[in-house]
Amino acid sequence: MKTFNYARVRSVDSALAEAAKPGATFLAGGTELANWMKDGIASPTELIDINELSLSEILVHAHGVRLGALSRMSDVAAHPALRSAYPVLCEALELGASPQIRNMGTIAGNLLQRTRCPYFRETSYPCNKRHPGAGCAALSGEHRMHAIFGASDSCIAVHPSDLAVALFALDAVVHSRGPRGERVIPIADLYTPPGHTPDRETDLDHGELILGVVIPAAPFAAQSHYFKVRERQSYEFALVSVAASLELEEPSQTVRSARVVLGGVAYKPWRVRAAEEALLDKPLTDSTIAAAGAAAIQGAQPLRDNAIKVPVAECAVVRALTTIGERAS
Amino acid sequence: MTTADVSGDALSSSVEVSLRVNGVDHSLRLDPRVTLLDALRDYLGLTGTKMGCDRGECGACTVLIDGRRVNSCLTFAFMQQGHEITTIEGLASDDELHSVQAAFIECDAFQCGYCTPGQIMSAVALLNEGHTTSTDEIREWMSGNICRCGAYPNIVQAIEQVARSTAS
Repeated sequence: MKTFNYARVRSVDSALAEAAKPGATFLAGGTELANWMKDGIASPTELIDINELSLSEILVHAHGVRLGALSRMSDVAAHPALRSAYPVLCEALELGASPQIRNMGTIAGNLLQRTRCPYFRETSYPCNKRHPGAGCAALSGEHRMHAIFGASDSCIAVHPSDLAVALFALDAVVHSRGPRGERVIPIADLYTPPGHTPDRETDLDHGELILGVVIPAAPFAAQSHYFKVRERQSYEFALVSVAASLELEEPSQTVRSARVVLGGVAYKPWRVRAAEEALLDKPLTDSTIAAAGAAAIQGAQPLRDNAIKVPVAECAVVRALTTIGERAS
Repeated sequence: MTTADVSGDALSSSVEVSLRVNGVDHSLRLDPRVTLLDALRDYLGLTGTKMGCDRGECGACTVLIDGRRVNSCLTFAFMQQGHEITTIEGLASDDELHSVQAAFIECDAFQCGYCTPGQIMSAVALLNEGHTTSTDEIREWMSGNICRCGAYPNIVQAIEQVARSTAS
């Protein structure tokens, strides 16, 4: 690990001033950053410890939710009002990481995780994210866990956050402050496509600080579910996951609005509008659900070794929607 | 092993770090790269907390910070000033083992014992969190602690035993 200077800041203004320095990075939960530094993936020269900023709020009110950037995964997941009104959010959080890491990891830090691609994490391999132009070892290597949507010739990595997938199914936005001033970024626009520049992963500028996440009180939020497929039962990243949320009209269970988002398949949470359209204005029957599952995988481009993700994604969508229907009836 | 991460590089200017561990205050001058795990083991001599993966994947380094379980390998020591840190050495009172320690012995919940301090710290937190309504729930909420000897059935048994005795 390379040496660094350390500053503890007590206001957002001073955090932004410190973070403007070249080589500076924010330190929150530290669970990702410490590993990047140990592994030589990142070598910041200034660590700006933001843990004393007043950004830990979890506010639930009639028109939505505000999660402070520093609210911890475990605290958000355990919040009773969120568990009943936004189940997909709490389920996604509790299906991620371990209890220890959830006690440390923050909401903003979770969104800024970097890919678990083994060739990105192991610095002896070429990786266009770490060294632009070096090449991508995953293209011809072990890529069972990699993308089936949105990849490029430069990078086929997937984003590992479960939380981001759930937040997309809730129309959440990120509030930030940085060189461009205060910004509101829809969760899906936070992540930039790999294209020829996979080293750039988010729309955030150097020194830009996430202040919090805002979730609107949407009519589909309460009938929502997160379903995650893993290669072991717990404490594992998704092979494929699904966040789904439905506005169901009683008593016919007619779908009035829907969000269907896949995780573990692309550089960002992958919303599948074709699946949503297959559900709209139809009763949530087995055949409607099957049509949505089939629609969800349209356009998938599997790699040599991850074709398994396509039928798994279809089945996962069916399972997630079926569970929502069972809970609602 | 613990100092390998900071060698081969000129030492950073050290920082004053005050840590409160098992109710005792310590003032240390540390390189900022020192993790809480390294501070406990190498600077305070509290070697009960173990280093396994040093990447937050195995749970051997689990300690409590303000009563919450965390991986001490994933946090820098300087981040934990002003917090109450509890390690395996802080569980027993006088000559009496903590109920979870006693249950681990009674249920033979370990073989080589290397992961055991982390398992016990995690189990103590799990019991306080109340994640004991079923065997499945215990297993899920212990999933951040790996045991390569495979003592899992006895670990779950030990936790269930404490949960039952606390409930009765």
